Parts: sequence; structure tokens; C-alpha cells
Amino acid sequence: MDPAWDEFIITGEPFILAGQIAILVTTIGIIFILTYFKKWKWLWNEWITTPDHRKIGIMYIIASLLMMIRAGVDAMMMRTQLAAPNMPFLGEAQHYNEIFTTHGTIMIIFVATPFLIGLMNVAVPLQIGARDVAFPFVNNLSFWTFFWGAMLFNISFVIGGAPDAGWSAYMPLASNDLSMGPGQNFYLLGLQISGIGTLATGINLVTTIIKMRAKGMTLMRMPMFTWTTLITSLIIIGSFPILTVALAMQTFDRLWDAAFFTLQDGGMPMMWVNLFWLWGHPEVYIVILPAFGIFSEIITTFARKRLFGYTSMVFAIAAISGLSFLVWVHHFFTMGAGPMVNSFFSISTMAIAVPTGVKIFNWLATLHRGRIRFNVPMVWALGFIPNFTIGGVTGVMLAMAAADYQYHNTYFLVSHFHYVLIAGTIFGCFAGTIYWWPKMFGVKLNERLGHWVFWLFMIGFNVTFFPQYFLGLDGMPRRIYTYFPEDGWFSLNFLSTVGAYMMGFAFVLLVYNMYYSYRYEKRETSGDAWGGRTLEWATSSAIPPHYNFAQIPEVKDQDAFWQMKQEGVDPNGVEEYQDVHMPNHSGNPFVMCVFMFIGGFGLVFHWWTIGIIGALGIFACMIQRSFSRDDGHIVSAEEVRKEEAEIREGQANENG
Amino acid sequence: MVMLLGGCNLRVLDPQGTVGEQQRDLIILSIIFMLIIVLVVFILLTYFLVKYREREGHRGYDPDIDGSVKLEVVWTVVPIIIVTILSVPTVYTIFNIEEVPEANTEEEEPLVIHATSANWKWIFSYPEEDIETVNYINIPAERPVLFRLTSADSMASFWVPQLGGQRYNMAGMQTELYLQAGEEGTYYGRNANFTGEGFAEMRFDVNAIDETEFNEWVTDVQEEAPQLTQETYDQFMVPGHVEEYTFSGTHLEWVDHALDPEYALEARARQGYEPIHPHASEAPDDVPTWDIDVDTDVTERQESYIEENQESDSHHHHH
Ligand code: HEM
Ligand SMILES: [Cu+2]
Repeated sequence: MDPAWDEFIITGEPFILAGQIAILVTTIGIIFILTYFKKWKWLWNEWITTPDHRKIGIMYIIASLLMMIRAGVDAMMMRTQLAAPNMPFLGEAQHYNEIFTTHGTIMIIFVATPFLIGLMNVAVPLQIGARDVAFPFVNNLSFWTFFWGAMLFNISFVIGGAPDAGWSAYMPLASNDLSMGPGQNFYLLGLQISGIGTLATGINLVTTIIKMRAKGMTLMRMPMFTWTTLITSLIIIGSFPILTVALAMQTFDRLWDAAFFTLQDGGMPMMWVNLFWLWGHPEVYIVILPAFGIFSEIITTFARKRLFGYTSMVFAIAAISGLSFLVWVHHFFTMGAGPMVNSFFSISTMAIAVPTGVKIFNWLATLHRGRIRFNVPMVWALGFIPNFTIGGVTGVMLAMAAADYQYHNTYFLVSHFHYVLIAGTIFGCFAGTIYWWPKMFGVKLNERLGHWVFWLFMIGFNVTFFPQYFLGLDGMPRRIYTYFPEDGWFSLNFLSTVGAYMMGFAFVLLVYNMYYSYRYEKRETSGDAWGGRTLEWATSSAIPPHYNFAQIPEVKDQDAFWQMKQEGVDPNGVEEYQDVHMPNHSGNPFVMCVFMFIGGFGLVFHWWTIGIIGALGIFACMIQRSFSRDDGHIVSAEEVRKEEAEIREGQANENG
Repeated sequence: MVMLLGGCNLRVLDPQGTVGEQQRDLIILSIIFMLIIVLVVFILLTYFLVKYREREGHRGYDPDIDGSVKLEVVWTVVPIIIVTILSVPTVYTIFNIEEVPEANTEEEEPLVIHATSANWKWIFSYPEEDIETVNYINIPAERPVLFRLTSADSMASFWVPQLGGQRYNMAGMQTELYLQAGEEGTYYGRNANFTGEGFAEMRFDVNAIDETEFNEWVTDVQEEAPQLTQETYDQFMVPGHVEEYTFSGTHLEWVDHALDPEYALEARARQGYEPIHPHASEAPDDVPTWDIDVDTDVTERQESYIEENQESDSHHHHH
């Protein structure tokens, strides 16, 4: 492919031009600031090359928030376009199609998934009393594959043109015959690159949780968030390879005419649909189970009670993860596979509602006889319960295949998955971020602003999506860029757009609160910001020292730290300090992933030379890593003792 | 909300045929169950939050409760019962709507219509009657209709909300869908599955008319509409929109897209059509609406059909 210049750099669209200018200005701005304040070295040494799980987690969260801004702007543009019939806002269908495609793909792949992985990185090693994850080098590599994969996907809208076949990229629509240009290639290669990291993270976290728990932490004493992380990682290991293979097959179709899913030469488009949802349905559970875990942590902390029905919670998530591989056909009941097949998948899908229901009632029972405090993380968790329930019951309605023939592909479906994804995953990401914010930055987010954000966002969310159930029942399909006055969909759509702006405003306020709190809020003095129950709150300082625990605490209870506090045990009362073994920094993953980006970019445009340069670079990095000895380094007992003494001194000064 | 549901000006909840009615009944049943569940959750949540919020004179705090086998069994078994109850009508309806819908007409045999999607238009063939229409269909009210669905290119979904749920059109495949219109009227039909640029406008009208009127129309078309030729037909394979058209003869004589998924691409190539990069400077801003070159001598008749159909389509079926 040799694109003409007008096909390479996208021109002639005012919004894209604005995007190009914004990218240019931001890039120049960042380079200027880093150079002016002499921060390049700091950035490289402290962040880019870090093996530290907490810092990697923070980078995941920041990158996900940036991606959320990008996809959120997409959402605002879509809602503006749909606010009234025949809106001229976006001009033509093509632009809208690109926007809804990038919105969906980014929100699932580059927001929900990495955001949760970021929170896992921050919290899980601390929760199990570990010093880091099992493979810190791989952890850094995972982050950079996500980051560079996301960059490759994101530049498509200014270079070459964005993909426009939907986040599900159905064939044959996404084939060369029906989707010209490199847009779809960006989707395939961007997702492929970041998928490597997700799979590696799954393996990394399973190993960490299985092998590195503190003494006394049996499986059935693990905190709920650790449990959901473990199960989620297992789902990742089971499902991401399917995506990898499916993406590779479509890539071969588009780059080398392999005809796996094409119209010609006996391709089977339906096979893509199956493979996509064989990954796609487990993926939606990958992004909800960790959120369930976060809510369990928060609800027990602020109701100040043990989790009700711990064992049944564990069995519920295990059941959900098993079932999540047995329901994929519910995404295409309308393919006409026959009444037996549809009946089977209707029932298996409805069965998922059972363990989900068990969880909802266990959370409710946890509130019973509690002493509930309404801190901001808690209001998000409490908001989750009723809103997610609405999403769940409409899921059951969709599961009834005969009825789904009427909901499928409509705004009813759109509303369902936003009720579960926003009220579940996004509420969970926000709640978790606010809850663990003091662990990351040593300061709480301002509570007054926080409550405003919650109410604006939650009300805006309902104003946006509740009307969409009715639009769906009135026959409005998803993914249309406009409609006609005769359709009678104006007022509900308008309402929906108003709600979307409310959510947008609330999000801006949330980001502002991060800045505001960093400037003005009181610093935390102890490691236990909320009266926590699990080990991440048992660290000696607000931001844990880089080795997490001077001495790994011994666990005697499900609520390990809470039990220590009950019995007056000081987890940091170390008698004899010992040497600590920590991983080394490495710039290798960053460089390797830059080569992935370069190679991917080459393939997008069929520029084989660049593709080969990328591949050679990747191999060179692998070889470099394979032949270098890296056993980490030892932090001596003396250094640990000094650092702990300093922490204690600092706390004494603050308090006195 | 109950008002909104009961109001029934929503197309799916206001079906005009037996298939859609079965689906509506299933939907209403599920909504009732779901409302009860939502209500239980909302009430318990509100009650616990009010009662156990931290306050002066707080009572009943017990931090060590960690479960109750009895309660946990209750909220495992009750959802199982609900799901079981919902499964029965679901499975029944799934099987039932694969059967010929009941109808009180003499004509028991369903009318067969092949509905073929092609970016971004609908082509309907009546094999028994040997006629073909584009972007609209006439069907006899009451009589069941069997749609045989396929696609010339991307996957579409054939949907007439007031008559019943949708089903996919896929190239190289044939799927089937029974529908029936209980009342005369014009119903809004469309493609519900995203197929690219022209997707939003990929609609058609379903005119359910009296049986005798339908038969007259068929005879009229057979005698007076232009004969569909392969050359004419191939023009429909080029991506774009078209107005409504009516022909005698069907394209099934030379192609069934369910058996030949490559036909449309070949027809495009024959006419020298090449896809354009959507951001190229020569790319059109809007999806083009093509004028199909129909054999000339009968075009006048053709135009009058278009006019008639446009008249009926200007008042959409609204309650
Ligand atoms: C009670 C549990 C749930 C049930 C029974 C359920 C059922 C369904 C069904 C049947 C569909 C397909 C509908 C159609 O395409 O016509 C669907 C779509 C979807 N669901 Fe759920 N669901 C549940 C929970 C969730 C959760 C927890 C998430 C994610 C957080 C989720 C995310 C989605 C998404 C993203 C789609 C649509 C994807 C697309 O077509 O673009 N669902 N759900
Ligand atoms: Cu699913």
C-alpha cells in the first residue's frame, strides 16, 4: 500500500485538525517542561524503567485516565450528534462511525482493562504481604506493550484514518473489500501489541498470588480483591489467546489475503463472530470481577464489618468465571443457529444471574448491623449496588433469546452494557482509585468535591442511559449516526445528551480534585488512612517504602490487619531487620515496546522494511535480556533499619 | 415508569402480528419479575443505610457476623427458581416462533419472500409470484410470511419491530424468519446491524394490504413492471442508496447470494467500481444515491409505482 499524502495525514476535518493541533501543542509542552526542569533523567530512572509494582500501577492508572479523556471526548461528540434528528454536527456517517468504533475499543481495551490492572498492581502485592510481583521485569514490559499498543491505535485518527467497523470488527465489513485504507489495521495491530501485555499480566499475577503470599495467608484468608484478581487472571489466561489468534487471522486476511473470514475464497465470516465473542464475553467478566473485589473491600471497611458470606462470594466468582466461557452465543442469538442452541445459551446465560445475585445479597447483608460511614469510596460502592442491579436484570432480559430478537442491536442493549460497565467497572475504578489514593500519593482526595463528583456523575449516568432502554424498545438501533423527525426519538435522545454532559462535567471535576488535593489536602501520617482491614493498610508509612514491608507480617485471619489491631499487634514492630532482595531497573522493555510500535506501524501501511526493522529490534531486545544476568539487588538490613527509623521520626514530628 | 410501559407507544411493545405479540408477552413477563427484584434490592439497601448509618445512639453494631448458611441458601435458591420460571416461557417462545404463525385466512401456506441485503439497500424477491421489489414490500395482511434471508456483502439484520424480532442476513448463508401482520398498515422495517456508511438510512417499508388488493398488485407488476435483467440488477450491487423499485422477474434466476457470496464483488468489478479510501480527497461526503438504469419503455409505469409507494410511506405507522 502506498497511501497518497492526503490519505496519510488526515486533513479537511475540523475536529481532527483540532486533535492534531492539541497533540502537537501537548507534545511540545511536555518536552519543554521536562527539559526546562531537567526532568528527563528523573523520568527515565524513576518511572520508565521501574520494576516497582506501585509505580507501574500508577502509570497504568494515569494512562487509563488519559485514554478515558480521549474516549470520553468521543462520547460527547456522539451524544451531540444524536441530540436531535438530522444533526449536522459531525457532517457525515463516516466520521461518526470512526468515533463510535474508537470510543468502544478504547473504553474496553485501553481504559477498563488497564485501569483495573493498575489497581491490581497497586494493591495486590501489598494485600498478600509481598515485596513486588513475581516477575517485575515482565510487569514493566506489560505496561509498555499496553502503552505503545494504545499509542498505535490512537494515532490512527490523525495518520491514515481511524478504524470504522465497530469494536467488534465484524467480518466481512472489516475486510479490505468493504473497509478500505489502513484504519482497521491500526485496530488489529494496536490490540495485538497491548494484548501481549495483558496476557503476561495474567500469568504474572497468578504466579504472584499462588507463590508469594505472606505466612499464614491461606487461599481462604485472601482478601476479596486478591481473590477476584486471581480469578480474573485465570480468565485472562483462558481467553486472551483466543483474541490473539483471531486478530492474527484477520491481520493475515487484510495484509496477505489469507481469506479466513472474507467473502471470497470460502472465507467464514461467522467464524470471526464466534472467536470474537469467545474472547469478548470472558473479557466483560475480566473487567467486572476486579470491580466486585474492590467493592467488597470498600463495603467491609466502611460498614466496619466482616464480609458476609466470604465462602459463597468465592464460589460465586469461581462459578461466574466458569460460566463466562459457556455463554458467548448470546451475543448473536439472531444468527439463526436453531432453537436448541439458543435455548441452551439462554439458560446458561441466565444461570450467571444466580451467582451475581448471591453477591448482591451478600453485600447487602454486610451492611446489616454495620456502622456505616459515608466516605467517598463508600458512596461509589453503595451507588454501584442499585445501578448495577438494573444492568444485571436487563442482562437477564437479554438472555431470553426470543425476546432478545427484539432488543439485539438496539439502544436497549447499549443501555444494558453501560449500566454494568459504568455502574460496575467505572464506579469500581473510581472507588478503588479514591480508596487507594492515599497509598499511592500519601494524601486523600478532598471529600466535599468527591461527593459532588459522585452525585453529578451518578445522576448524569442515569439521565443518559435510562431513556435508552425506551429508545431501544421504540426500535432505535445502535450505531446509527442520525435519525429522522418522524421516528419520534428526539426527546429521549435529547435528555440522554444532557445527562452525558453532566457526566462529562463530573469527570472534569474528578480530575480537578486530584490536582486540588495534591496541592491543598493534609498529608496522611500513618499507613492506615481509612481504618482498613487488610495488609495494604499495615505498612509503616502512608506511601509504603519501596520494599513494602520491613518484615513480612504473619497472617492469622481473613481480615488480617483488623485482627492485629484488635489484638494490639504492631505489624511494624520489627525486632531484627533483615536483608531485602529487590528487583533491578531495566530500560529493555521500553525499548522493546518502541520497536513493537515501529514494526506495527510499518505493517499497518504494508511498509515491510519498517516492519522488519521493528521485528529485528524486538529480537535484539530479547537476546539482550536473555544473555544478561540480572539477579536483582540486596537492600541491607542496616539500610532498611535506617529507612524505618526515618519514617518513624517523620511521623513523630508530624504528630508532635 | 409503569405509565411509560403501559402507554405502549413503543413499537416493540405495540406489536401488530402474532410473532411480535408472543415476544411482547415474554418481555412484559420478564419486566414484572425484574421490577420485583429491583424493588427488593432498593428497599433493603435503603433500609440498611438508614438504620445502620453511623450516628448518635447507634445500635445493633456487630462486626463479627460473617455469614449465615440459611440466608445464603435462600438467596441462591430463590434466583434459581426465578431463572427456572423464566426459562420455561423463553424456551417455549424460542421454539414457537420458528413455526408458521397462526393466521385466520384461507391461505394457509406462508408467502415466501427472499430478503437480500446489499450495501445499503434491501432487495426482495417473490419467487412464487416471480416479481421483485427494492426497499419496500407489499404483503397480504393476516397471511404468514416466510422470509428467506441472505446478504450480498456485509452482515445485516432484517428487522420489522412491530411485526417481530430480527434475524441476520449473511452472505453465503440462508436464514429464515416467519412474520405475520395482523392489521393492515405500513410498518417501519430496517437493517439493525451496522454495515458501514449507509447503514442509518438502510430502511424499508412493509405495506400490509388486503389479500385481494395484494393479488391485484402482483398481477399488475407481473404484467407491467419492467423485466429485471442481470445488467439492471448488477447496478444494485454497487454500494450506495437507491429509491424504491419494482420489477417483474427475480434475480434468483441467475444468482442466489446464499450460495454465491462472491457475486456482489464480481458485479462491482464488472462495472469498474473501486472502493475509495474514506479520507481521500476524492471521496464523496455523502453516501451516493444511484439512479438505476431500468429498461426504458416501461419506466413511466415504474415511476408511478414509486410515487404511489412514496405516498403511503410519508405517513409512518404511529399510535
Ligand atoms: C447478570 C449478568 C449478565 C447477563 C445475564 C448479561 C447478558 C447479556 C446478553 C444476553 C447480551 C447480548 C445481548 C445482545 O447482543 O442482544 C449482553 C451484552 C453485553 N453485555 Fe451483558 N450480561 C450480564 C452482565 C454483564 C456485565 C457484568 C458486563 C460487563 C461489565 C456486561 C457487558 C456486556 C456488553 C459490553 C455487551 C454488549 C457487547 C456489544 O454487543 O457490543 N454484561 N449481555
Ligand atoms: Cu456476553
